Amino acid sequence: MSSNQWEIGPIFRALMRNKVGAILIAIQIAVTMTIVVNSIFIILERAQRIERDSGIDEVNSFYLTTTGFGENFDPKSTAFNDLELIRNTPGVLDAIQINAIPVSGSGWSMSFQTEPGEEKETQGGAIYMVDEHAIDALDLEVIAGENFLPIDVRFRQPGVRDWPDNVLITKVLAESLFPDTPYQNVVGKTIYISQTEPMIVKGIVDKIQAPWVGWDDLEHTVLTPEITGFESNRYYVRAQAGQRDAIMPVIEEALASSNKQRIIRGMRTVQETRERSYRGDTAMIKILSTTMVILTIVTGLGIVGLASFSVNRRKKQIGTRRALGASQGSIVRYFMIENFLISTVGVSLGAALTVILNMLLVEMFSLNALDWYFVPAGMIVLWVVGQLAVFGPAKKAATIPPAMATRTV
Amino acid sequence: MFTYYLRLAMKSIKRNPILSALMITAIGLGIGASMTTVTVNYLMSANPIPHKSEQLFYVQLDSWSEFEPAREPNEPPDQITWTEATNLMQANQAYRQSAMASTGGVIEPQGQDEKPFMASIRLAFSDFFPMFDVPFLYGSGWPDSSDKNRDYVVVISKATNERVFGGENSIGRTIRIVGENFRVVGVLDDWLLVPRFYDVTTGAFDETEEVFMPFYMKQELELTNGGNTNCWKTPEGEGFTAFLQSECVNYQMWVELRNDNEKAQYMNFLDNYVNEQKSLGRFARPLNNRLSNVMEWMENQEVVADDAQIMMWVSFMFLLVCLLNTIGLLLAKFTGKAAEIGLRRAVGASKTDLFIQHLVETACIGIAGGILGLGLAYLGLEGIKSLYGEFVQNLVGLDVTMMASAILLALVSSILAGMYPTWRACNIAPASQLKS
Repeated sequence: MSSNQWEIGPIFRALMRNKVGAILIAIQIAVTMTIVVNSIFIILERAQRIERDSGIDEVNSFYLTTTGFGENFDPKSTAFNDLELIRNTPGVLDAIQINAIPVSGSGWSMSFQTEPGEEKETQGGAIYMVDEHAIDALDLEVIAGENFLPIDVRFRQPGVRDWPDNVLITKVLAESLFPDTPYQNVVGKTIYISQTEPMIVKGIVDKIQAPWVGWDDLEHTVLTPEITGFESNRYYVRAQAGQRDAIMPVIEEALASSNKQRIIRGMRTVQETRERSYRGDTAMIKILSTTMVILTIVTGLGIVGLASFSVNRRKKQIGTRRALGASQGSIVRYFMIENFLISTVGVSLGAALTVILNMLLVEMFSLNALDWYFVPAGMIVLWVVGQLAVFGPAKKAATIPPAMATRTV
Repeated sequence: MFTYYLRLAMKSIKRNPILSALMITAIGLGIGASMTTVTVNYLMSANPIPHKSEQLFYVQLDSWSEFEPAREPNEPPDQITWTEATNLMQANQAYRQSAMASTGGVIEPQGQDEKPFMASIRLAFSDFFPMFDVPFLYGSGWPDSSDKNRDYVVVISKATNERVFGGENSIGRTIRIVGENFRVVGVLDDWLLVPRFYDVTTGAFDETEEVFMPFYMKQELELTNGGNTNCWKTPEGEGFTAFLQSECVNYQMWVELRNDNEKAQYMNFLDNYVNEQKSLGRFARPLNNRLSNVMEWMENQEVVADDAQIMMWVSFMFLLVCLLNTIGLLLAKFTGKAAEIGLRRAVGASKTDLFIQHLVETACIGIAGGILGLGLAYLGLEGIKSLYGEFVQNLVGLDVTMMASAILLALVSSILAGMYPTWRACNIAPASQLKS
């Protein structure tokens, strides 16, 4: 079909007679596209962050903290008695004492290195102080080497600064520390904590995240075999499938009545902790999605409004064209093409603005750079929105009878 | 004349109800979104202590490892060590000063029904209370001497007083905290600080503490470390004393300096102090001490969340789209009225009359949009509260200033949006419109 039949020339010339309206629509489309594309990009990134797997059995687990007070409080016997009590409660799959909870946002990290001394290359790693039950309680798998034995587990008094001799580390940390060695062969190697203190890698576990969801080295984790004797104790309990909610109050009550020299606080499921840790991301996703949808609707309605007006104003001309033999289809086509031309200007400008906004976001807020295909995808979406919006008024225009040509407006 | 224009405006708005509703909604949405995000940003970046923020300074000393800075590119650590906290306090070189730390402990109320509970504790010096204008309901802070004598005295928050003493005047009474008996010397009134500027290490929007006690209790009672503890070097030796003497930072330091002269003197003192420590083999890095006033420190610690800023910029762009929309629709509408305008011009209305008449009409639309926007901003803030949970409670209130500026913003932006369409409408030649 030649361009003559598409009537691009006349449409363009008609547009030029009402430049301002067309420019306003084009700018609206451009800004809308800028917001929509950047929002979708941010939303997808945040969604990916949230979906990362922590490596533990989140659904069936919960934790609580007990804090002792008074002179008669004995941290050591409390810890051992509590663990026995919890593990023997029906419905509990396994339980451990642990110093920090994955995904919770607070914990303890240390630097690790493969050679002793100052000024060596180090890797940060989160520390979980646990005993040999951790593998079952946290739902981990020892993929090389061995789990701790009860004899490996020491009792850590407050104020102690040194570390146990044997540790388990994650596969990712093994690969970061020894980039040239397959992870299986890292078993038995010595790594150094506090620059000079050696530790032997007893085994490699598949995956467990550090507590800080915003950390770059999220899977750099070290398990050290120790039960701590601090005044505050944290227990992590993995229930048998479906039993979590039933045993939470049971365990809280049993602990409270077994020892009155303490308070029990912060009992919380791991699912709730995850929800809290990612609340900012979830909120951002919801807010941006809402903004995006409302904005697109506003722009769409703006197009509808302006198109309706221009149809009303051109009633007489449309009638004349119909009287001269133009089909209903060609009237509809006229408005669709007119909108397509405006949209094309809009999305081209929009493509540039999208990239500029993304560059600003990268510069000011260190977001990631946009993947290129977001830009053409956004252009297509806005083209479709424009065509959908103008279709209604165009259909209405097509129903204007040819007799309109003979009337005065 | 004005009421006449108002009547005309109402007529015109009613004549195209859908179009008018569309414009009002567009302005309302844009204003609502902008006001919501502006409010959050405004409260996040608010000056928590406006009359004194220029005189309060946060102290940083670069005690970090000679091989790497505490934070790139060359930032000193954002807290100080126990050694520095106690040395600077002993030197007593500022008008007012307080080192501080956070910790926690169990409070055991005396009544039989009240269960023991965990309380947040701020360790500070007596200057803390006058320095930060802390409001008291009963009593006052402890005297200087209590700092040195390590008296077992505390100041408790209003909520703690209600929980433990049923809200009575509890001055002089005994409260059991971390297994020790303390004497209450002061009860705070409501003290809401947004942001809680004096310690932002674990988040700028935490609440003020439930208990305040003399700083040296940390050592006396071996209290746990709250907040963040960062070490570039492992403590030498075991036990609590070894930890206190280590290079681990866990303490904050504020000083009050009344003028530039005092500030220069204090800076000079800090430099001399560090040089002295260098001769003792500490402070391996080049001199890099900092004194930041409250707002500089808030800036440094980036208390306004990135997400809140991104949302604000997005909402401004949203408002822009809504205004463009309105301009387009007004343009269409006024062009549609060309015949009417032509007639009015022909029977004697001047261009100015018509301009004012149409401006009144756009202002009406703007005010309606502004009121709608205010309602939407209220909903938006409720939405933010439900999305982010309790820790934004203090960040999502609409005050009178914000409400007035919402209406004003709506009015100004709609009048600006109406300018061009109005100008176009007034320039219609009457003759051409009267012909057809």
